[in-house]
Amino acid sequence: MKNILIVARKEVREGLRNRWVLATTLLLAALALTLSFLGSAPTGNVGVNQLDIVIVSLSSLTIFLVPLIALLLSHDAIVGEMERGTMLLLLSYPIGRNQVILGKFLGHLAILAFATLFGYGAAAAALAATGTEIDSTSWASFVSMLGSSVLLGAVFIAIGYLVSARVRERSTAGGISIGIWLLFVLIYDMALLGALVAAGGHALPAGLLGALLLLNPTDAYRMLNLGSGEASALSGMGGIAGHTALNATILIAALCAWTIVPLGLAATTFSRREL
Amino acid sequence: MTKPTVVVTGVAKSYGKVSAVKDVSFTLNEGETVALVGHNGAGKTTIVKLLLGLIRPSEGSVKVLGEDPAKGDFSVRQRLGYLPESVAFHMALTGRETLAFYARLKRVDSSRTPELLDRVGLAAEAADRPVRTYSKGMRQRLGLAQALLGRPRVLLLDEPTSGLDPSLRRRFYDLLDELRSTGTTILLSSHALTELEDRADRVLIVNQGVKIADGTLDNLRGLARLPTRISVKLAKGASVENWKAGGSVWSRARHDMVETEVAMEDKVSLLKTLTANPEDIAALHVMEPTLDDLYAHFLNTRKAAE
Repeated sequence: MKNILIVARKEVREGLRNRWVLATTLLLAALALTLSFLGSAPTGNVGVNQLDIVIVSLSSLTIFLVPLIALLLSHDAIVGEMERGTMLLLLSYPIGRNQVILGKFLGHLAILAFATLFGYGAAAAALAATGTEIDSTSWASFVSMLGSSVLLGAVFIAIGYLVSARVRERSTAGGISIGIWLLFVLIYDMALLGALVAAGGHALPAGLLGALLLLNPTDAYRMLNLGSGEASALSGMGGIAGHTALNATILIAALCAWTIVPLGLAATTFSRREL
Repeated sequence: MTKPTVVVTGVAKSYGKVSAVKDVSFTLNEGETVALVGHNGAGKTTIVKLLLGLIRPSEGSVKVLGEDPAKGDFSVRQRLGYLPESVAFHMALTGRETLAFYARLKRVDSSRTPELLDRVGLAAEAADRPVRTYSKGMRQRLGLAQALLGRPRVLLLDEPTSGLDPSLRRRFYDLLDELRSTGTTILLSSHALTELEDRADRVLIVNQGVKIADGTLDNLRGLARLPTRISVKLAKGASVENWKAGGSVWSRARHDMVETEVAMEDKVSLLKTLTANPEDIAALHVMEPTLDDLYAHFLNTRKAAE
């Protein structure tokens, strides 16, 4: 356990030094503030809680940005250190390979969590500071949005490690990561939409649609944040959410599984890898 | 009685169809400095990785300080120091932070790190700069410092002096002498054979994954039966004719320099003949076969045997 924390601490320190932490926090804060003030302008005062609008916009932003940041952080973690030669030295110390992976995971997750919490938190704080009234249910959805955004980040950090543990070169890891990002963020949904259209109004069986949504972590995240409460009406996701039998527990479990399975696979791949 | 710290028995390691090391056995003792010599790709690095437990042998067994280094919680590595060939660090961290990180992993009190940085000659000013600004020599010094963390019982050094300037090289070898006197086993792999010559108690020569020689330098010289080279600068008017009596063949290197090669057992009698008339000789050099020569010899006999 101590070794894991030592590695995590080193990753965070490196992140601070590389300005990764600063850059991602500023990026998320800038986009969140822009969305919450400009994005709400067209709606005017229609009696909708402003924070709910922010939640809808930020969730959509998260789906694009957080996986990208997570993959950028993680795709280099193993193959990059091997290429640079730092892994050889690290593994000559009394530390197991699983501890290395878990330590890195914890460190990268801390960086991402910090950026999300402070970046998005800035938007909520700004809203509250400008005197917008926010009720407690909206606050609850906002906090759950923050938590699930970090969880979505964890999913893609784990996927990034799996890629990083399997490939021989850093550039390959980068390419595959971009492919994965495109697949989950764009292509998958387009294909799903295409399938729904092709079905020609015959709705897909609820079980199948639910399974298809769970097979993409970004869809699970979307359902979790946009499928219920005020946000569902605003985003128009309520229709789908009502059609499937997916509730918050199943969705969170799916996101956790999406983290644990790639992380476990990354650890086994890494432990079998010859130095 | 010296205690063995590293025992390697019948170890083979293959990567897929390529075998990197074949049936290698050797023992290293406490307080011994051993040179591991071989071409690039001869299996030196594989042997070092096996000793660290970074890779497992396909056959045979490796015991370091009585334990299998690849098993359990790697606690034996706390008493190992390792300097990889062309050592690399995390670029964004400073030298001091890097050393503190490795110290924590080895559970070494980080209050000792400034002293270590001082010992390897890394100035305090440099220690607070990020590693990315370091020259090759400075990285090498930082690499040495991390290898020396926690007073290791076994030190594995892969090309340790590459990138160090001559004064630092001397300092480095002084450091090794100090460690050796406290009973540390040191395994040095290097191409700079002349450098190792006075430092190594023993030499291990590997070629194509096979150990082809193992012994003290004198020992190997005896085995190789390489001749000693004697060169003489003739005084004015002197001639080599008198010295040819013993059957020695002299060749002229330059106009007043002559050279011959003599077997170990005939060396003393030849020197006696030479020095019978000191006024004939302006200068005299006796060159024992160097590690370079020995290395070439063992490689060649190996090749001839195949």
